[in-house]
Amino acid sequence: MRLTHRNAVWLALAALALLTAASLMLGRYQIGPGELARLLWSKLSGEAHGLPPMAETVLFGVRLPRVAAALLVGAALAAAGAAYQGLFRNPLVSPDILGVSSGAALGAVLGIFFSLEVVMIQATAFAGGLLAVAIVYAVASAVRNHEPILVLVLSGVVVGTLLGACISLLKYLADPYNQLPAITFWLLGSLASTTRADTLSAAPMVLLGLVPLVLLRWRINLLALGDEEARALGVETRVIRPVVIVAATLLTAAVVSISGIVGWIGLVVPHLARALVGPDFARLLPVAMAMGASFLLLVDDLARILAAIEVPLGVLTAFLGAPFFLALLARAGREWQ
Amino acid sequence: MTAARSVCLALAFTAAAIAPVATSALSAERIVTDSAGRRVAVPERIERIFAAGPPAAIMVYTLAPDLLIGWTSATRPAEAEFMPPRYAQLPALGRLTGRGSTANPEVVLQTKPDIVLDYGSVRPTFVSLADRVQEQTRVPYLLLDGSLVTLPAAYRLLGNIVGIRDRADFLAQRAEAILGDVTAKVATVPRDKRPRVYYGRGPRGLETGLSGSINTEIIEYVGAINVAAEGAGPGGLANVSIEQVLRWNPDVVLTTDPTFYRTAFEDPLWRALPAVEKRQVFLSPALPFGWIDFPPSSNRLIGVVWLAHLLFPELFPGDVRKAARDFYLTFLHVELTDAQLDRLLAGAVR
Repeated sequence: MRLTHRNAVWLALAALALLTAASLMLGRYQIGPGELARLLWSKLSGEAHGLPPMAETVLFGVRLPRVAAALLVGAALAAAGAAYQGLFRNPLVSPDILGVSSGAALGAVLGIFFSLEVVMIQATAFAGGLLAVAIVYAVASAVRNHEPILVLVLSGVVVGTLLGACISLLKYLADPYNQLPAITFWLLGSLASTTRADTLSAAPMVLLGLVPLVLLRWRINLLALGDEEARALGVETRVIRPVVIVAATLLTAAVVSISGIVGWIGLVVPHLARALVGPDFARLLPVAMAMGASFLLLVDDLARILAAIEVPLGVLTAFLGAPFFLALLARAGREWQ
Repeated sequence: MTAARSVCLALAFTAAAIAPVATSALSAERIVTDSAGRRVAVPERIERIFAAGPPAAIMVYTLAPDLLIGWTSATRPAEAEFMPPRYAQLPALGRLTGRGSTANPEVVLQTKPDIVLDYGSVRPTFVSLADRVQEQTRVPYLLLDGSLVTLPAAYRLLGNIVGIRDRADFLAQRAEAILGDVTAKVATVPRDKRPRVYYGRGPRGLETGLSGSINTEIIEYVGAINVAAEGAGPGGLANVSIEQVLRWNPDVVLTTDPTFYRTAFEDPLWRALPAVEKRQVFLSPALPFGWIDFPPSSNRLIGVVWLAHLLFPELFPGDVRKAARDFYLTFLHVELTDAQLDRLLAGAVR
């Protein structure tokens, strides 16, 4: 049985709000519901909260930016995944199919290799992600007389492999005492050191990437019918496809540059959303985003409360995502045809 | 039997005993035993040593720099300032062990080493690696145990192997004096009087060494409490969140990262930490070799002295500048100027 669209959206949003409130109270430093309410009220009204200043620092300096970052990263990755799965007419596609994650990873690894400052490492990661997809797209456009989707995916795989080799080379050459641990931590993904500035710098890019997806939501549905039929219905695939690719790339590159590599969300969450509301992109997009945000928030909560040290996000998402994906595969067939 | 005759006989026997060795090998050899218990035949005179990694290079450099064939990576200009030029100019040959080996066995052979030396872990991985490289290159490969407490023994063993016993014994005694003095004095401090230290690496200061990691070995050695060891158990390097650091609420923050050291005093999050507000953040000197963990070799001796002075000023009222000058002259072959000392210790002392 499928939920109605309206109910599904409300359910997803309610779950998200509950999780957000709970996440603000979870962590190594104790902040209870009463204290949370007092701190938030004091921020809104300007009244004194009467709590230790440490509580305010932890909530507004550490936890709120981190929760916001988890929401942003989760929503953006799920949106990009949903867009790509529609665009490529393939449920096994994830946001890094065109090499955006590998490109961002290479950018970040280069930044670490040359001992740049954190902000510059984020910038090189962002630029690397965009550049990788631009190269893939240019290569695919140069190849004619082939199924365009196939060529895109193939060049994405090839360029991704090449970038992976560059990353391995840099890891090999990096100084094993300082740079290699930093590279490894980046590739595992983490929101441990996310600051307000990080979240605020990624948010506009995410918005910029979301706008075309929202505006094109009906046309993306038609893309799923295949090039010829879409064209017969008046959708110019040669224009829409690059727009969707640019939008999804922007989304992914912006968030990966602040979180490091976080896999699985862009692959698994759109499926879950599709199971709830069906394949209509106009419904799928908001539900997938709410679920992606909730999922990453949950995973990040685990990452920071399981142990005194941080558990890498990439490890946790795979541990949670892989069994789930296998279960989906076992039920496949009916849902996806 | 007269004394003269017995000497003659003894000489004859000795000659007979060494004759087969002398004729079968191109040059005289002797058998030495390394820290892993491997018995290896080495040339009688050792003049060229290939260091398998940075820690081994520093051991050779401190004991007998003229035997060192090259460094594992090129000396950076900032490091070269703290070395005699002829040693700073030694070639970069790559490293043979550790995380990612970059030295080519042919390069090892081309440099015509008398021995290959590795200083660090003597666990089975590294023992088997030593055997493999030795078999492949036919160059004797020796392993020295790299833990801090066995440093004096490592110097004596290395001195025996290369035949530089006097200087090795001298350095071993200096090391024993430093380690013994710190251990004895710190032992008198009850646990609740020991400073709780957070070691923050990386540009954001959020990488730290867990209990038993080589990165924080000297922090624990000087009797300080590593907050990450207390809270997270054993391990190597790990990421932590600032929230966790706030909760640990350390008395002192140590770092090796100049970027983190600069930003810690300005960042409102770090300033929420009482230790930062009281300016108890200290930057480890790093030239030509790091004082805390980078690389883990005999350079950490001066780190022990520095940390003892920094964390227990009542027990160690002496001048850390004098100790540093001594150490650099004795172990690192350079006489520090006052300006160099100032730069070295900027951010490292109260």
